[in-house]
Amino acid sequence: MIRIRGLRKHLGTRQVLDGVDLDIAAGETVVVMGRSGTGKSVLLKHIIGLMKPDAGSIEVEGQEIVGMGERELDAVRRRFGMLFQSAALFDSLTVGENVGVGLREHQRLPEPEVRRRVAERLEWVGLSGVEAMKPGSLSGGMRKRVGLARAIAMDPQYILYDEPTTGLDPIMADAIDGLIRGMQQRLSVTSVVVTHDMTSAYKVADRMAMLHDGKIVFTGTPDEVRATTHPMVRQFVAGSSTGPIRPL
Amino acid sequence: MEDFLPARGVRFVRRRAFDWVAEVGRVTLMLRDVVRFLIPGLRSFGRLVQQMNAIGVGSLWLVVVVSLFTGAVAAVQAAYQFTAVVPMRYLGSVILRSVIIELGPVLTALVIGGRVGASIAAELGTMKVTEQIDALRAMAIHPVRYLVVPRVVAAVIMLPIITIFSDAIAIFGGYVVAITSIGVSSHTYTQSLKDFFLMKDLWSGLIKSFFFGGIIGTMGCFHGFATEGGAEGVGLATTHAVVASCVLVLISDYVLANVLFRFIFAA
Ligand SMILES: Nc1ncnc2c1ncn2[C@@H]1O[C@H](COP(=O)(O)OP(=O)(O)O)[C@@H](O)[C@H]1O
Ligand SMILES: [Mg+2]
Repeated sequence: MIRIRGLRKHLGTRQVLDGVDLDIAAGETVVVMGRSGTGKSVLLKHIIGLMKPDAGSIEVEGQEIVGMGERELDAVRRRFGMLFQSAALFDSLTVGENVGVGLREHQRLPEPEVRRRVAERLEWVGLSGVEAMKPGSLSGGMRKRVGLARAIAMDPQYILYDEPTTGLDPIMADAIDGLIRGMQQRLSVTSVVVTHDMTSAYKVADRMAMLHDGKIVFTGTPDEVRATTHPMVRQFVAGSSTGPIRPL
Repeated sequence: MEDFLPARGVRFVRRRAFDWVAEVGRVTLMLRDVVRFLIPGLRSFGRLVQQMNAIGVGSLWLVVVVSLFTGAVAAVQAAYQFTAVVPMRYLGSVILRSVIIELGPVLTALVIGGRVGASIAAELGTMKVTEQIDALRAMAIHPVRYLVVPRVVAAVIMLPIITIFSDAIAIFGGYVVAITSIGVSSHTYTQSLKDFFLMKDLWSGLIKSFFFGGIIGTMGCFHGFATEGGAEGVGLATTHAVVASCVLVLISDYVLANVLFRFIFAA
């Protein structure tokens, strides 16, 4: 259970988050959609404590994480996995070491067990046998999937996905959507998925939320989104440049 | 009056002074974390060895060249100043002592500060702007434990080792010049080294280089972590790290010289 209230963050010259309210129930997958640059990544970084809000509250299982010190935050973060928009792979490490870094740093598993787990997670994202490669020699889509394997390596309770299907071909995107669904069904993970890929959004979402001008302007189930008369949501879902949201 | 030039100057100086105090504060906080994570940060011995290797092996040839010529120049200069004043049999001793007390530690620190300080800042700066540092934090891996501790400790260990190496090369460089172009015999030079060698001179140089190692590692990591923006930011961080290392090495050299020779080794 994640409960966000009145989250505000000013960055540079912009009020990026201007009072975000959002609930993510246990075991639920919430898709956050919104245009590029509206602050979706910034919102995810607040949930995992990488950014500190100017105001507002974020509760994880009833525990307030705003104002926590780095050490307390680390205890919370161990329950999370995060896929970064840029994948953020460690480019001095191999793919295998990237996926295994959390296992090696936090759990005293025997080395064969670490390798087995790394191979398994890479297989889940459709990348068997690439352990020895360096991130620099991977394509964008492969990097994303390695980032995903790293995010799920520690069996997190919560997973934050920042544009998991951006840069993937439609077939791979569908496989990753299936993986996100599978994580939720098999391990009852609670997830926040940031995306503007509507095909993917409909497939993985229990609920969808739209972030616009620093606020959540709409939440609803996929069926409610399909049926809504909310002009901004309709425009976004249809991918239209005419409507209440000005393209430029 | 708003743009009265001296007033603007005062404002500028005051702002710079504030920035500077804030920066000292942030460095202090990072050092506190280095101490806090010292033991857990060294648990992975492999990372430490990797950093020591990067600092030592990578700098080997640069240090050889710099030290060899430093010793050679010291011989030429000393011989010139000795002419008709001091007998040439003291040449070895004056090279020895100036090298192990001052030239070896300081030049090594400046050379390594340029090379290693820059590469640490560039590496960590790139990690910062590509969200790799955020990724570590998101995985509950403290960046100071994982990245800073191995680098600072490796620099602290390697600087004295490289300095001893540099001292030896420089004394050899002086030796070559002394016997080939100044006309001092090999025996006279080595005898002079033996007669005037003092253990406390060597210690003072090594103690200094220990601190210089800490400065270089800390400045590289600090400016790497402070990187903002993209490639341009990484370039700036690299420059800041090198400038800060070199300035702090020279300032602390003065402070340490006073502490070492007026108090600890005074006699
Ligand atoms: N560290 C930062 N410093 C200043 N501005 C930032 C920072 N991170 C993000 N921003 C700004 O916040 C806004 C939202 O960014 P982001 O969350 O990345 O958007 P998106 O919804 O595409 O993920 C953008 O205008 C971006 O320029
Ligand atoms: Mg984003």
